[in-house]
Amino acid sequence: MASTQKELQRVVDRKYEHGFVTDIESDTLPPGLDENVIRAISARKDEPEYLLEWRLKAYRHWLTMTEPHWAHSNYPPIDYSAISYFSAPKSPDDAPKSLDEVDPKLLETYEKLGIPLHERARLAGVAVDAVFDSVSVATTFKKKLSEAGVIFCPFSEAARDYPELVQQYLGSVVPYTDNFYAALNSAVFTDGSFVFIPKGTRCPMELSTYFRINAANTGQFERTLIIAEEGSEVSYLEGCTAPMRDENQLHAAVVELVALDNARIKYSTVQNWYPGDAEGRGGIYNFVTKRGDCRGNNSRISWTQVETGSAITWKYPSCILRGDNSVGEFYSVAVTNNLQQADTGTKMIHIGRNTRSTIVSKGISAGRGQNAYRGLVKILPGAEGARNYTQCDSLLMGDACGAHTFPYVEVGNPSAIVEHEATTSRIGEDQLYYCRQRGLSEEDAVNMIVNGFCKDVFKELPMEFAVEAQNLLGVTLEGAVG
Amino acid sequence: MSNKILEIKGLKAEVDGKAILKGLDLAVEAGEVHAIMGPNGSGKSTLTHVLAGREGYVVSGGKVLYKGADLLELETEERAREGVFLAFQYPVEIPGVNNVYLLKAALNAQRKHRGEAELDAIEFLSLVRDKMKLMQMDESFLNRAVNEGFSGGEKKRNEILQMSVLQPTLALLDETDSGLDIDALKIVANGINSLRREDRAIVLVTHYQRLLDYIEPDFVHVLSNGRIVKSGDKSLANELEARGYDWLAEEAVSA
Ligand SMILES: Nc1ncnc2c1ncn2[C@@H]1O[C@H](COP(=O)(O)OP(=O)(O)OP(=O)(O)O)[C@@H](O)[C@H]1O
Ligand SMILES: [Mg+2]
Repeated sequence: MASTQKELQRVVDRKYEHGFVTDIESDTLPPGLDENVIRAISARKDEPEYLLEWRLKAYRHWLTMTEPHWAHSNYPPIDYSAISYFSAPKSPDDAPKSLDEVDPKLLETYEKLGIPLHERARLAGVAVDAVFDSVSVATTFKKKLSEAGVIFCPFSEAARDYPELVQQYLGSVVPYTDNFYAALNSAVFTDGSFVFIPKGTRCPMELSTYFRINAANTGQFERTLIIAEEGSEVSYLEGCTAPMRDENQLHAAVVELVALDNARIKYSTVQNWYPGDAEGRGGIYNFVTKRGDCRGNNSRISWTQVETGSAITWKYPSCILRGDNSVGEFYSVAVTNNLQQADTGTKMIHIGRNTRSTIVSKGISAGRGQNAYRGLVKILPGAEGARNYTQCDSLLMGDACGAHTFPYVEVGNPSAIVEHEATTSRIGEDQLYYCRQRGLSEEDAVNMIVNGFCKDVFKELPMEFAVEAQNLLGVTLEGAVG
Repeated sequence: MSNKILEIKGLKAEVDGKAILKGLDLAVEAGEVHAIMGPNGSGKSTLTHVLAGREGYVVSGGKVLYKGADLLELETEERAREGVFLAFQYPVEIPGVNNVYLLKAALNAQRKHRGEAELDAIEFLSLVRDKMKLMQMDESFLNRAVNEGFSGGEKKRNEILQMSVLQPTLALLDETDSGLDIDALKIVANGINSLRREDRAIVLVTHYQRLLDYIEPDFVHVLSNGRIVKSGDKSLANELEARGYDWLAEEAVSA
């Protein structure tokens, strides 16, 4: 009992394994933010004028906004003037043309993370656009993708090479006026990924990016834009892990997805940023705006996320179901341990007729972790025949943690059907005893129960990512039998 | 050479500071079936949990030898892997975990411990299907969550299914007969009988002589107030059925 609680704690307490700092010279702007900093960022990225103008508008708007505090989180005030808004690894030739040119230190970093980049990429047929600090330093499989007409490149490159596309779609899903962090990101974003899948094309491989945060005190502001034209299909994987350090690091990414008629976008995330130590020191603040726009009829956007890291997570990947018969999905596992706080969920905005959405949220709390699900299902008056199904489950380990559920439902059309189910359970001493009496170790028993709890989400992940996610939770694959 | 599987001497145990076993002796040899009967709250389940190694059950005296070695120094899962199996009086529900998955993980943990190759999904399924026929359980139970929503009787059958897959050396069956209808009782009893073997010992905790009509025990013991107060053969069960437990207490006082 008491000792089982301790055992449980030990299992979930395994030290953050990816904590180290890579020793690469960083080319970093001094801390602080004003229009000159934004001009400097834009100049260093060799950006076209339109983008600088857009950044400045965003910045001026940001100045009029205040930090939101409605999330179920507690943290000291962030000093935005103490953050350095640009940091790029120095390489002799700015950007390497192939993996051979990549700083060996960086490749070593990936090794330590268990991501042998080139092997992994070749074996899995995954194109990797590795973001190290703020500049993309490795891009592979470009050729195969370009043969298919797919554009997959660093955002800054897209801004120069595909200005029409960027101007047409940037901010069309998440305008810079959307929220405080989206405005900040729009002003200072340093890089990210740009994906364009042309009409009728099925992207020939899964796209993947490893986001990293490295240089000390550097806010990380990624910007990702994915456009799937009519009848196209793409699966995008985002995974990340960061070095251990003592200061809180702000991360405020923006991800925009656009799906036109009959297009499908699947966006999967495994997030494992440094959560802070057992006392809650250090750790990443992860304030992200992710939104998908099912702009076309019969389009489909799926978000799948496994959130295990960060000190504070504030994240609501959402779908705007504009097209008739469009489908939005959100599958989430969020784990909080020690003093981690997660406030995550989704918004499903039903605009088109016969739009459907599914929400499956699994929150796991251990230690003194606080886990909140916050979800909005909104059915607009024109959304005839809209349907939503929400399932929201919490698993508690120990009695010092918390789970909270805030489901908001607004139904503006009487034909809509909205279903909500919620459960809360606790890993019991009796369950562990039962498993151990059958011969399982306590650790395997915990893993089995946690994995069983999460399986509805894991099965939505692409295979290799599912494995990574399970490793992350220290679980072994369930469902191999039966 | 002694064929003893279990040898308990002067066992004392407490839970939450409360003394429950108060000097218990019991010896079980390979091939034997022992029935333990006794009033509610006398410590029967406690005995099974102490033997299985449940946390919070503190041994404060005596010793337990299993196959000649100290059982009490092993962890719960080590005891299981060494062949100690407990069919729970109240089997535990584990939502989200497939019955078949737990069973496969358990068998493979035990095989690994014995240095045997782990069974793959196909080998395991064919094994478990055979055992399910024996227990007359529908295969749909494999893919249901462990004990979740099982009826009382189904849970008990599932325990014996697990036993038949795990093939323990020492099986402790805690009131496996309670909650079973007449047909299910026969099925479970048949299952248990088919698991009687020369190199296996079975300890049955039961309140009813009825079970012992199907599973003939070699010995019957009465556990009362933390001790074995009387042992005998099957006829003792009949006597208990007829007379209850009170006379034993009187006998103990007058002795
Ligand atoms: N955690 C506990 N704290 C205090 N007392 C306990 C605890 N667990 C068990 N007991 C007590 O120990 C005694 C023995 O319980 P046990 O379950 O072993 O009885 P039993 O012989 O199996 O009874 P039954 O025939 O009703 O199953 C009971 O009086 C019970 O209340
Ligand atoms: Mg009992």
